[in-house]
Amino acid sequence: MAEHHDHDHDHATDCEAALAEIYTFLDGELTQEKRVLIAHHLEGCNPCIEAFDFEAELRIVISTKCREEVPESLRVRIAQKLTMLAQTDQIGDGDEGPRPVGA
Amino acid sequence: MADQATFADEAMEYMPALYSAALRMTRNPADAEDLVQETYLKAYRGFGGFREGTNLKAWLYRILTNTFINSYRAKKRRPDETELDEVEDLYLYRRLGGLEAAQVGRSAEDELMDWFTDAEVKDAVEDLPENFRLAVLLADVEGFSYKEIAEILDIPIGTVMSRLHRGRKALQKELYDYASQRGLTDRPEGPDGAGATEPVDRQPARTGPTAHDV
Repeated sequence: MAEHHDHDHDHATDCEAALAEIYTFLDGELTQEKRVLIAHHLEGCNPCIEAFDFEAELRIVISTKCREEVPESLRVRIAQKLTMLAQTDQIGDGDEGPRPVGA
Repeated sequence: MADQATFADEAMEYMPALYSAALRMTRNPADAEDLVQETYLKAYRGFGGFREGTNLKAWLYRILTNTFINSYRAKKRRPDETELDEVEDLYLYRRLGGLEAAQVGRSAEDELMDWFTDAEVKDAVEDLPENFRLAVLLADVEGFSYKEIAEILDIPIGTVMSRLHRGRKALQKELYDYASQRGLTDRPEGPDGAGATEPVDRQPARTGPTAHDV
């Protein structure tokens, strides 16, 4: 009884449960317990694996295609401004917001 | 307490990620540059309040997001979230799933990568209503956890999840519309098996504004 695991029982319900958690699974936000249950279901369920793979790949595509290169002029400008601020701070009272007295 | 002298060393590496997000938020390079610059200057000034050992990237994103919301968002008002259509789960997969495996000798990821141009994906993200766009950007592009997103946006985790849920579906619908316009879905023979590309014409479970986004 306890040793008998019938993984085919109510398979459709398992699929439904797995697909309902597809994003929390891919987001890494499931409890260990739930994650193991779903991973176990996926091992034996090709349709669900396909759906999970599709979503995982789509996410890679989206994040890859949203990457931008920083314009060199911006990088330089920010670096210069930060250097200037740091120098002003060292010299004494910069006008860049509150500073601790006697710093 | 973090030392301002180390700020540049620690923070500059996040600029590509911050700039990418800034472009999706403001939708134009000039505003994105201003937003990133303002973020770095504010972060420098506030760096004393950053707790060392905590997540610097998330902290910078919080400043970026707040600066965007306070200074830039009023310029270009996006459609309100209630205008988001109800979209079924796995919208894109139910229509295009299986097609990506159709080409022999190519990985499914390569196929998917070719389906959409960079511009289409960027446009689809940028067309999302702002609340949803921010959540999707932070999760799917930057890989922040729900908890981190909740802290960056200063909203409850449940709200993060509902915005992600609806935002991702809306994004998939936009991508599908691009694919349809190009005739990508008109392949003469559908894949056999799973029936993944059967025309789905279900009625949405709900229409109009919902109480999802509390």
